[in-house]
Amino acid sequence: MRRTLLATTLLLATQAGADTSVLTVYAGDYFTSEWGPGPKIEAGFEEICNCDLQFSTGDLLPRLLLEGERTKADVVIGLTSDVTAKARATGLFAPHGQDNAALTLPIDWGDDTFLPFNYGHTAFIYNETMMDAPPASFDALLEMDDDVKLVIQDPRTSISGLALVLWVEAVYGDKSADVWAKLAPKILTVTKDWSASYGMFTDGEVDMVLSYTTSPAYHMFAEEDFTKKAAIFPEGHYFMVETVGKIAKTDAPELADAFMAYVLSTDFQQMIPTANWSLPSALPEDQWPEGWAQLPLPEKVLFYSEEEAESRKDQAIETWRNALSQ
Amino acid sequence: MLRLETIRIAQGDFALEADFEIAPGRKTAVIGPSGAGKSTLLGAIGGFLPLAAGRLWWQDRDITHTAPGRRPIAMLFQDNNLFPHLSIAQNIGLGIRPDLKLTLEDNARVDLALERVGLGGMSARKPGALSGGQQSRAALARVLVQDRPVILLDEPFAALGPALRQEMLDLVQELSAEAEATLLMVTHDPADVRRIADDVIFVEGGRAAAPQPAKSLLEDPPPALRAYLG
Amino acid sequence: MAQRAQPVIGTTGVIAGGFVVAVVVLSFVGLGLRAEVGRGLGPAEWAAIRFTVVQSAWSAVISVICAIPLARALARRWFWGRGALITLLGAPFILPVIVAVLGLLTVFGRTGWVNEVLGALGLPGLSIYGLHGVVLAHVFFNLPLATRLLLQGWQSIPAERFRLAAQLDLPPAMIRRTLEYPLLLQVVPGAAALIFVICLTSFAVALTLGGGPRATTIELAIYQAFRFDFDLARASLLSIIQLLLAGSAALIALWVLPNFPLTAGLDRKLRRWDARGGMQRALDTGIIALGSAFLLLPLMAILLAGLQGLPEMPWVVWKTAGNSLGVAVLSIAVLLAIALPMAGWISTRRAGGAEAIGLIGLSASPLMIGTGWFILINPIADPVPLALPVTALINALMALPFALRILVPPLREVLTTYDRLTRSLGMQGWSAWRWLVLPRLRAQIGFAAGLTGALSVGDLGVIALFADPDRATLPLQMYRLMGAYRTEAAAGAALLLLAMALGLFWICDKGGRWGAEA
Repeated sequence: MRRTLLATTLLLATQAGADTSVLTVYAGDYFTSEWGPGPKIEAGFEEICNCDLQFSTGDLLPRLLLEGERTKADVVIGLTSDVTAKARATGLFAPHGQDNAALTLPIDWGDDTFLPFNYGHTAFIYNETMMDAPPASFDALLEMDDDVKLVIQDPRTSISGLALVLWVEAVYGDKSADVWAKLAPKILTVTKDWSASYGMFTDGEVDMVLSYTTSPAYHMFAEEDFTKKAAIFPEGHYFMVETVGKIAKTDAPELADAFMAYVLSTDFQQMIPTANWSLPSALPEDQWPEGWAQLPLPEKVLFYSEEEAESRKDQAIETWRNALSQ
Repeated sequence: MLRLETIRIAQGDFALEADFEIAPGRKTAVIGPSGAGKSTLLGAIGGFLPLAAGRLWWQDRDITHTAPGRRPIAMLFQDNNLFPHLSIAQNIGLGIRPDLKLTLEDNARVDLALERVGLGGMSARKPGALSGGQQSRAALARVLVQDRPVILLDEPFAALGPALRQEMLDLVQELSAEAEATLLMVTHDPADVRRIADDVIFVEGGRAAAPQPAKSLLEDPPPALRAYLG
Repeated sequence: MAQRAQPVIGTTGVIAGGFVVAVVVLSFVGLGLRAEVGRGLGPAEWAAIRFTVVQSAWSAVISVICAIPLARALARRWFWGRGALITLLGAPFILPVIVAVLGLLTVFGRTGWVNEVLGALGLPGLSIYGLHGVVLAHVFFNLPLATRLLLQGWQSIPAERFRLAAQLDLPPAMIRRTLEYPLLLQVVPGAAALIFVICLTSFAVALTLGGGPRATTIELAIYQAFRFDFDLARASLLSIIQLLLAGSAALIALWVLPNFPLTAGLDRKLRRWDARGGMQRALDTGIIALGSAFLLLPLMAILLAGLQGLPEMPWVVWKTAGNSLGVAVLSIAVLLAIALPMAGWISTRRAGGAEAIGLIGLSASPLMIGTGWFILINPIADPVPLALPVTALINALMALPFALRILVPPLREVLTTYDRLTRSLGMQGWSAWRWLVLPRLRAQIGFAAGLTGALSVGDLGVIALFADPDRATLPLQMYRLMGAYRTEAAAGAALLLLAMALGLFWICDKGGRWGAEA
C-alpha cells in the first residue's frame, strides 16, 4: 500500500506542471472547523500530493442527491452507514480501490465502495460523581428507577437517534415495544440533534445522555475531566461508522485514489482520535494515541448490514414513536 | 372664471347640487347650517370628492377629473395643514415643488413669503414649535407661494381667537387681493362675511345657491337665511 | 367619477409582492422538478399536523393574553431604564433555538433555578416537558413581539385622547372601553395570527420541550421527509399544508381587522393622566417585574454561561461574526426594498388581505425554499457562492410579515391624515415617500430594520445545507462548536451572537428615532 501511495505521489509530482491540480472533497459540516479533522487532513495530504485539497461543506447526502451528475466532488468524506444505501443508489460512486484487510474495525467490512475512516458505538454517558449506581447492562438500564432521567435524539432527525432504535432492535428484537415502554418514563425528552442532548447533559439537566463510547475521551484528553463515563453493556453496543467514497466521474481520478490511500495511512489514522473524537478505522490499538487504549470499549458489537438496517428502520422508528407517544 | 355646471355630489344618503359661476377675483363666503354641505362643496371643488354628475370648469378648462394638485387651486383645511416632521421652510417649499428640489430662487421666494406673513426668521422651526396663529400664517405663506388663481379656505382659522381670526382674515384679504385670486371661504360668522366677502353662497337643503352680493343679502336675507342667522 | 390620484402608488408594491410570491412558488417548482412519487401522508404526519395547529393556537393566544397587561403597564409607566428594558425584552425573539432552549432549561428545567427554589422551600417540583412546555417556550419567544406590537399600538393613541379622558375623569373601565378596546381590536388579531404562523414552523423547541414524539410538528416531518427519506414530494406536500394553514390564519385575522384610522396628534410626547392610583401602580409594577423576570432570567443564564465560555472561544468565531453581520445588512436592505413598497400598496387598499402575502415567506419552510432554489440554480451556476445572498433573501422574507405588521398601520394612518394635503400639493410617488412617508415612519422603519437584522444574525437558515467553510455564519459556527463537544466555547459564541443581534437591533431602532421630535 505504501508503495502504491509513493508511486502515485511520484507520478503526480512529475505530472503536475505549473498549475497545481485541485481535489474537491465534500465533507460534513463539522469537519472543516479549525478544531475538526479537516485542516490537519488538508495539510497532511497536500504535503504528499502536490495538489490543492479544497473542502466543501454542507449537508452531504441531500446535497449529493440534489446535485446528481453535476456534483463537483471528487471525494466525499463523512457518509455514515445509515445513508450509504441512498448514496450508493445514486450511482455516483466508484469502488474505493483499497484493501479492506487493512481495516481494524471490530466487524467485518466487505463494502468496496465506501471506505470507513473512523468508528464508534452508541452508548449512554453519565457523570460518575452524580450517579452512584450506573446500570451495568441494558437490562439494568430498563429496571432503573424512573427518577433517573435520560435524554435521547430523535431517530427521525438524528443519526445517533436512529442508531439507538436499531440498537434496541438488535438487542431485543420482538420485545422492542416493551423495552421502549419501560424506557419511556425515564426519557425526559427527545431532541432534534446530538448537540442539544449533550448540552442538556453537561448542564446537569439529565443523568444520562445517548452519545458515543468515545465521548468520555474528549473530556479526558481535552479537558482532563475524568468524571464522564460510558455505561458499557454486555448485550453489546451498536456500531457507527463514517466512510469515504470516491466519485466515479471525478476529473482528478489519480488524486482521488491517492486520497483514498491516504485515508488508510498511519498519518491520517493517527489524527482521527483527537481531531474527530472517534476511533481510527485502520490502526492497531498499540498505535493509538496515549491513553486511548484504556478507554472502556464494548466486548460485543452489534451492526446491521445496509440492507437489513434499511428494511428494519421504518418499523423500528414506528415502534419507538408509538411507545413514546403514549 | 370658476363654473360649476349642474354638479351633484352624492355621499351615501346625502346629496348636494350646485349650478353657478364665480367671477375671477371675487371673494366669496360659503355659509349655511352645520351639516348642510359647506365643506363638501369645497371638497368637490378642490377635487377630493368625486362628482356624481355635472362638470367643473376653470376658464375654458374642464377640471372635473383633474387631480387635486393639478387644479388651479390652493386649499387650506380645518386641520393638518402642515407636516409636523418638516420645517416651516420645507412645508412652504412643498407649495413650489412637491419633491422639494428647490433652487436658490425658490428658497428666496419661501423667505419672502415668510416675511410677508410675519414669520421672518422662523423658517427652521417645526410646526410644533409655533403658536396656533403662527401655524396659520405658515400655511398662508404656502398658499402664497403656490400662486394659484383660486384659494379655498375650509375654516382653517376656526380654532383661533376672534382677534387672531380677524387678523388672519385681513391677511387673507390682502394676500388674495395682491394675487388677484378668487377666494372661497367657509364661515359661520356673519361678521367675517361683512369684513371680507364680496359675495355669499348659501348652502342649505341639499343646494348651494348661486353667489349673491354679500351686502344686500345680509341686509335683506331670504327666510331660510334669516332663520340661520337668527 | 374623479380619478383618485394616490400619493403612494401601488405598482411597485404589487411588483414587490409578486416577487415574494415568485420566490416561494418558484422554489416549489424547483422541488417539483425533482420530486418523485413518495409514500404520501401517513397517520404520523396527520398527527403532526394536528399537534402543530393545537400548539400554535395555544401559543398565539397565551402570548397575546400575557402581552396585553405587560404592554399596558409599559405604556403607562415611565421609569429609568425603560427603553433599555424594552429593547432587552425583545432578545428572546432573536435567539437561536438551541441557545434559547438551554437557557430556558437552566431556569425552568428539572434541575433549573425554579425547581431549586421550590425544592429549597420543600415544594414539589414542576416539570416543563409537555404541551405546556412547548407553549411556555413559544410564549418566551413571542411575548416580546406581541408586547412590542401592542405597545406600539398603545403609543399610537394620540395624547389628546388621554387628555380628554383625564379631563372627563373617565374611570379605568371607561378608558378601556373608549381607548383601549378599539385599539386592541385592531392590533390583537394581527399579532395573534403572526405568532400562530411563527409557531407553525417550530420544530426543535417543540420536540425538546414537548418531551418526545408526541410533540412532532409539521416542520419536523418536513425535515424527516427531506433529510432522512429524501422524499421531496412528501416534504413539499407538508410544506404546502403548512403554507395553507398559515395563509388561512392570516386571512382570517387580517380580514376581520377593522379599518379605523387614528387621527394624528402633533408629535407630542405621550403623557398619561390615568392609572395613578396606588393599586394600579402596584399592579403595573408587579406585571412588569414578572414579565421581565420571565424573559430575562433565561437570558441571564445564557449570559452567565457565555461569560465563562468567552475566553475559550476560538478566533475564527469572530470571522464568522463578520459574515453574519454582512448577511444581516444585506437582509435589511432586501427587506426594506420589499417591505416599504408592499406596505404602501397594502395601506392604500381597504382590506388588509394583501398582507397575507407577507406571511408566505415565513410560513413556507426555509429548508424547502432553500432546497427549491438550490435545484433551480444548480444547472445554471454554482449555488455555493450564492449561499450567503440566498440566506439573506430568505431571512428578509422571514422578517417581512413582522415588518409589514409594524409598517402598515402607521402608514395607513399617515396616508389618511395627510391625504388631502399631499394631494392638494400634488405630492406623488417619490416626493410623497421622501417627504411624508419616510420621515413620518422613521421610527417604525428603524424598528423593522433592527428586527430583521437581529433575526438574520440569529438564524441558522438554509446556510447549513450548502455552506462553504469560509462562508459559515455565527449560528452555524456555534452549532459546529457544540457538535465538537466545545459546549463552553459555544456558549461564548451564543453570547456574542446575542450581543450582536441586540446591538444591531438597538442601532437601527435608535437610528430610527434619533433626532425625532420629543
